[in-house]
Amino acid sequence: MRIVQQRWFTPWLFLLPGLAVVIGFNLFPFLNTVVLAFTDAKVLGGGHFTGAENFVRLVQDPAFWTAVGNSALYVVGVVPPLVILPLLLALLVERKLPGITFFRTAFFTPVIASIVVVGLIWTWLLDSRGLVNDVLRALGVLTRPIPFLTDEWLLLASAMLVTVWKGLGYYMIIYLAALGTVPKELHEAAQVDGAGWWRRLWSVTLPALRPTMVLVAVLSAVAAFRVFSEVYLLAGPAGGPGGSDTTLVMLIQQVGTGLTGDLGYSSALSVVLFVLTLGLLLATNRLNRKEDL
Amino acid sequence: MSELASEPLSTAPFAAGTPSASEAGLRSATVGRYALLLLVLAITVGPFLWQLSTSLKGVTEDIYSTPPQLFPQHPTPGNYARVADAVPIWSFALNSLLVATANVVANCLGASMAGYALARLSFRGRGAAMTVFLASLLVPFEAIMVALFLVMRSLHLSNTLAAVVLPGSIAALNVLLMRNAFLALPAAVDEAAVIDGANAWQRFTRIALPSARGTIVVVAVFSFMFSWDDFLWPLIVLSDPAKYTLTIGLSYLQGTFVNDQRLVAAGTMIAVAPLVLLFVAAQKYFFRGVGEGAVKG
Repeated sequence: MRIVQQRWFTPWLFLLPGLAVVIGFNLFPFLNTVVLAFTDAKVLGGGHFTGAENFVRLVQDPAFWTAVGNSALYVVGVVPPLVILPLLLALLVERKLPGITFFRTAFFTPVIASIVVVGLIWTWLLDSRGLVNDVLRALGVLTRPIPFLTDEWLLLASAMLVTVWKGLGYYMIIYLAALGTVPKELHEAAQVDGAGWWRRLWSVTLPALRPTMVLVAVLSAVAAFRVFSEVYLLAGPAGGPGGSDTTLVMLIQQVGTGLTGDLGYSSALSVVLFVLTLGLLLATNRLNRKEDL
Repeated sequence: MSELASEPLSTAPFAAGTPSASEAGLRSATVGRYALLLLVLAITVGPFLWQLSTSLKGVTEDIYSTPPQLFPQHPTPGNYARVADAVPIWSFALNSLLVATANVVANCLGASMAGYALARLSFRGRGAAMTVFLASLLVPFEAIMVALFLVMRSLHLSNTLAAVVLPGSIAALNVLLMRNAFLALPAAVDEAAVIDGANAWQRFTRIALPSARGTIVVVAVFSFMFSWDDFLWPLIVLSDPAKYTLTIGLSYLQGTFVNDQRLVAAGTMIAVAPLVLLFVAAQKYFFRGVGEGAVKG
């Protein structure tokens, strides 16, 4: 076999654009974030090493604890519905009934729409004079509208509702692909043994889907902890009444951008975000492995 | 998704009951299933239709009526013209289109090239290059966005569309997707081309790229969607309304004209329509992308 001699730099020419983008716009800013976290850098001037001062300030900052609390609450609020509801949807659209492709496609629509479109649609639906309150009033359930967009807790719950609504179709497709790999023989054997639909769901389907459920939990938890747009759009840039709905990413954006941006402090917050996200990943990964034993 | 296994309808020989009874049960189960499907349809697509309906209601029509008026009494496209008077929505749309197109071209080309080198060329440092791409997947965008803004500022690119495109122009996830696609090609084809004297670039463009068409379409479709839908990064890097993309323009529109939901509704319909068309045309690539992305991510 005559092999064309490959020049040593050929592969690197292929890799050059990709490596340049990933190093220049991902890894370098990441390292810079870690460095800046230990300085007093501002958008205008500054930049002296200040040791752990930003982190000391952070643990004493009530706004930080509010933000971390809201982001953590968000994870707790959206992960269980995002693990369970899309699974039920997948079971619903699994069987090949006439028109099922239409339903699968339609259920996916919220996934492709921008979060801004989705946020504005729900802002209008949940308005004090919006459709949801209107229908409830027309049914005579309410006398006064529910303050979905003005109450600090209802705002957070509404944002969670939007996240779950937008994510349903995405995780449904993941589950649907996994359902296709459940061995048919197992179902048939269980059926021969007289197991009904529920019994087969419980003893055959769910155990086979467990890794997928863990995957969905991890993906949705990491995404939920990084929530920004839903709360920003529903509660406004300031994060609801008195900033009480501000999430960690919103706080980073508020502190770090604009002419008064405090780069040092927002970098410290970013480092916390990175560590907590990675911790969430590792913890769930570990949990998964333990359960396998 | 056509290859998804579907369970045979309950025809087990040991099924209880007389044939007619089980048939009736089956029919009512099917009816129940369709009822549920329609309910979920109303929940997932209904809000979009309500927004569409609001966008078509004329200025004289009460949009706050109780009980709500589901359909516009005199449908009119007037709000679509009025929203363009309120904000330069078509120039926002053009900016979004430019950004999304650049993102698609850069990702398809850059990710294919890098993925090809990682999958089909052997060289010292391949493992290190792979590690760089994998490591970047662990860094959440939100944790580096402020530092990324500083990078753009030092490149004198802040407040430009180029700054909106660059950070995601070759996504590490796409590189890995392309690498997997190229790994799946049989080695024999490559060897034959090498014997014929084809160099790496020729093998890449003539053999590898055409065989990985499906994955390239997945990359293209998702690059378009992410770019068109992106909100946080353009919000940070763009300050001049003339440079706004649609998503930023829409949230700006809501801030200024929140009193007229008809205009906001028309704006959101303009923003969502191109993606709905793309989705209808390339539905299977969206579903495929979710599957491949989830396995990787």
